[in-house]
Amino acid sequence: MTDGKHVDGNALAGPLSEVFDFDVTSASARCASCGDTTELARAMVYEKPHSFIVRCSHCDAVLMVILQKTDATELDLRGTAWLRAPR
Amino acid sequence: MAATVSKTSYATPSGRVIELDVPHWPGNLAGQHLDVRLTSEDGYQAARSYSIASVGSGLVELAVDRIPDGEVSPYLTMDIMPGDQLEVRGPLGGWFVWREGATEPVQLIGGGSGVVPLMAMMRQHAAAASAVPFRLLYSARTDDDAFYAKEIDDLAGPALDVTWIYTRKGPGSWTGPIGRLTRETLAAAVIPAAENPAVFVCGPTPFVEAVASWLVELGHDPARVKTERFGGA
Ligand SMILES: Cc1cc2nc3c(=O)[nH]c(=O)nc-3n(C[C@H](O)[C@H](O)[C@H](O)COP(=O)(O)OP(=O)(O)OC[C@H]3O[C@@H](n4cnc5c(N)ncnc54)[C@H](O)[C@@H]3O)c2cc1C
Ligand SMILES: [Zn+2]
Repeated sequence: MTDGKHVDGNALAGPLSEVFDFDVTSASARCASCGDTTELARAMVYEKPHSFIVRCSHCDAVLMVILQKTDATELDLRGTAWLRAPR
Repeated sequence: MAATVSKTSYATPSGRVIELDVPHWPGNLAGQHLDVRLTSEDGYQAARSYSIASVGSGLVELAVDRIPDGEVSPYLTMDIMPGDQLEVRGPLGGWFVWREGATEPVQLIGGGSGVVPLMAMMRQHAAAASAVPFRLLYSARTDDDAFYAKEIDDLAGPALDVTWIYTRKGPGSWTGPIGRLTRETLAAAVIPAAENPAVFVCGPTPFVEAVASWLVELGHDPARVKTERFGGA
């Protein structure tokens, strides 16, 4: 599941600019599985056709899934327990 | 945003520097990137991220390495010409950036095209005549493959300490080792952990991950090591 090429949360800055109007990659996210709290830029990102799977860099659990549909961007945030955006 | 290619130049045998004229470009921080989106005639779209080598407003400079069989990079490195239009989105990313007011020493570590965002940081540091100590460790396949080699040599001096790593071939005058970066070479070249540097590591994913874990083994605080993975197996 997690082998193959991947990038990191920096690459989400563009796709997530369709959902948030601030730079969410600088925000800290807490993993709902292991509790690790770190900037989204540090997460591991697996790009699939029309989607990004974002995984915790600590325990590999899915933090979020970004679906890029023709008419919308959808965000599944079940794996993220908490988000903190710096002012 | 629609960008117009204003100039292209061959920087390396497989890489090109591309200057874009982006109307109303708000300026960018050193280390940010933009996304390029290509749409084919049948509507198929491909988007890729490219770091910005320039800082501030004015022309936006990219440096792109050609990945054989890639979807987007061969087009950017071989096909586009001045006058062509590109769909871009940016500037993007606020984490992998160096801000001029920062006072801690800075260690930059780049592999291949991973030097591009670091170039923006070096240019900003030089333009500001900043007294903050800067060091660069740059690993390239050969001296011909190194992006911005001449400019980096010109910037090297008291304000910027430069260490080159050549994995296959160095310049004619090169007497140093040839081969992949090792933990020992890294340890000898970088600002010691005790000086608490801000570290920026960028390049192919395996390079970034090897370097980041060595840095932590060498005592660097993981929170002060920022990484940007470009992908690749
Ligand atoms: C934040 C960010 C900034 C980036 N900045 C730059 C930049 O300044 N300059 C630059 O040249 N690239 C940069 N990249 C990489 C760039 O986005 C593309 O991944 C790269 O140009 C390859 O795209 P492609 O469509 O040609 O290849 P694809 O069609 O995506 O891939 C073709 C094959 O090449 C492999 N591959 C993909 N990427 C790489 C890689 N980087 N190295 C080796 N093999 C690879 C893939 O696994 C695949 O097998 C950046 C990536 C990120 C996430
Ligand atoms: Zn976790």
